[in-house]
Amino acid sequence: MNKNYDTTLKKNGFFSKFKLELKLFKKNGQLTLIALPAIIAILVFNYLPLYGLILPFKRYYPAQGIIGSPWVGLKNFEFLFKTGDIWNALGNTIFYNLIFIFIGTAVSVLIALMLYEFKNRFVKTYQTALLIPYFMSWVVVAYVFNTLLDMEHGLFNQILALFGKDAVNWYNEAKQWPAILSLAGIWKNAGYNAVVYFAALMGLDSEYFEAARIDGASKFRQMWSISIPLIRSVITIMIILNIGKIFYGDFGLFYNVTMNSPLLYSTTDIIDTYVYRTLTSIGDIGMASTTGFAQSVCGFVLVLLTNWIVKKKDPESALF
Amino acid sequence: MERGYAIIPRQFSLEAYKMVLTFPKQIIDAYIVTAVTTLLGTFIGVCISAGAGYVLSRQTYRYKNIIAFLVFFSMLFNGGLVPSYILITQWLGLKDSIWALILPLVTSGWYIILMRGFFQSVPGAMIESARIDGASEFKTFFQIVLPVSKPVLATISLFYVLAYWNDWYLSLLYATDESLYKLQYLLMQILKKAEFLNSEAGKLLQGTGVEQMEAPTLNVRMAVCVLAAGPVLVIFPFFQKYFVKGITVGSVKG
Repeated sequence: MNKNYDTTLKKNGFFSKFKLELKLFKKNGQLTLIALPAIIAILVFNYLPLYGLILPFKRYYPAQGIIGSPWVGLKNFEFLFKTGDIWNALGNTIFYNLIFIFIGTAVSVLIALMLYEFKNRFVKTYQTALLIPYFMSWVVVAYVFNTLLDMEHGLFNQILALFGKDAVNWYNEAKQWPAILSLAGIWKNAGYNAVVYFAALMGLDSEYFEAARIDGASKFRQMWSISIPLIRSVITIMIILNIGKIFYGDFGLFYNVTMNSPLLYSTTDIIDTYVYRTLTSIGDIGMASTTGFAQSVCGFVLVLLTNWIVKKKDPESALF
Repeated sequence: MERGYAIIPRQFSLEAYKMVLTFPKQIIDAYIVTAVTTLLGTFIGVCISAGAGYVLSRQTYRYKNIIAFLVFFSMLFNGGLVPSYILITQWLGLKDSIWALILPLVTSGWYIILMRGFFQSVPGAMIESARIDGASEFKTFFQIVLPVSKPVLATISLFYVLAYWNDWYLSLLYATDESLYKLQYLLMQILKKAEFLNSEAGKLLQGTGVEQMEAPTLNVRMAVCVLAAGPVLVIFPFFQKYFVKGITVGSVKG
């Protein structure tokens, strides 16, 4: 008797809870409906593909599908890390990212400081000019660099000719490309980053500069001792965010500007181009997905790690 | 083009543009594909991210946290190229469909977060008074909140237009049919072809007449390049204010 009573109560408890939940669901229904298209799109395009993360542990036969293909454990990883190509791509990816993080940041901060010093009615025009490269696609940038690097008419070879040097066939010489790609990457993105730093500078209290001027500090001294220290937290955050992405490269830069020339792979191949090539021209889904898996997982760990560091340093700026 | 590039053109001529615009159907096709994907993608993208951003900005919404987590995690972790490629080409069967050039770019966690930030600044009293007046959630969103949100809608639209107009990557992955090439991708093919024909291998082939090949002249190539890059560069200065606001809010406040 007593036992029966208990179960009815539990049942009722469950039902009333369920009813309440249903009621709340209805009450939130219209809002849910407004968000629904985005939720569906995110689930399909961002979460459904996560299912493919089991691919690296399988020997993939397209005819058998992902589920039907046999498990192979870590064989794919063993094989991948034995090939030299992946180590070359990994080294290049990290190398270029370090260049962009350090030299790129220095250039952007310098541009932002100049914009701030020359504060006048032309600032908007400067900003437009700075942002134009950012608005071009990598294909257009490839055209721009093609006009510089062209064998016969290119600007670089014409300059070499002025000094009586032989023309260089740039698209065949791997050793020239670290410099060319660094230039292209910094040229395209420096303006955009400079606008970010410029906004940070505009947010500073002008009293600091007032005081420094009265004390007779030179412009250069003001930049070094006031502007840079005051925007240091913004610079740090931007650098840390970029370190979190160190295993990723800008596919457009490394694919288009180099014209995907195989002769240049030793200095221009990055993980993203390696994965693309392995997938499309070689058609090796196993290797491509294994590389992609390693990149995603390492990248994610690095983001968590950098966020943890930021949180310790400056809890306000942490991402989560 | 015998004396290389000069900063000040030695001669002004619209001949190359005339050639580009009178010949190939291909360029016109590419223009149409680019325009359609840009308009459609921007429209769909802005609508759905505004919806999600608004809902996430509502403090009382019951499923706010779980949706915010879904959005946020999607920004931090992804399956990489291969699973997405299999999804688009095999599961959804979108290879050589115009939707393959639209859907992969349509959601961005980042834009949803930016939108949420803006909607959070809309006074709660406005939404509350609409509710007291008996307006439905739909009505509140479409007739009260959206009309005051034009700045953020303009900013996000500009981001979308830029992403779609400049996209060549999706064509590279999913378009084998030439009539589906986007302008940027066509431009890329033209450059590749010209480079190949100028290379040693290309010069050998030309003599044999294996295929009727003609490198587009440099003038024509550059004319196509301007046509591809131009529109975005022309509209950008008018929206610069919104754009600068968008990137500074986004990057500094994270």
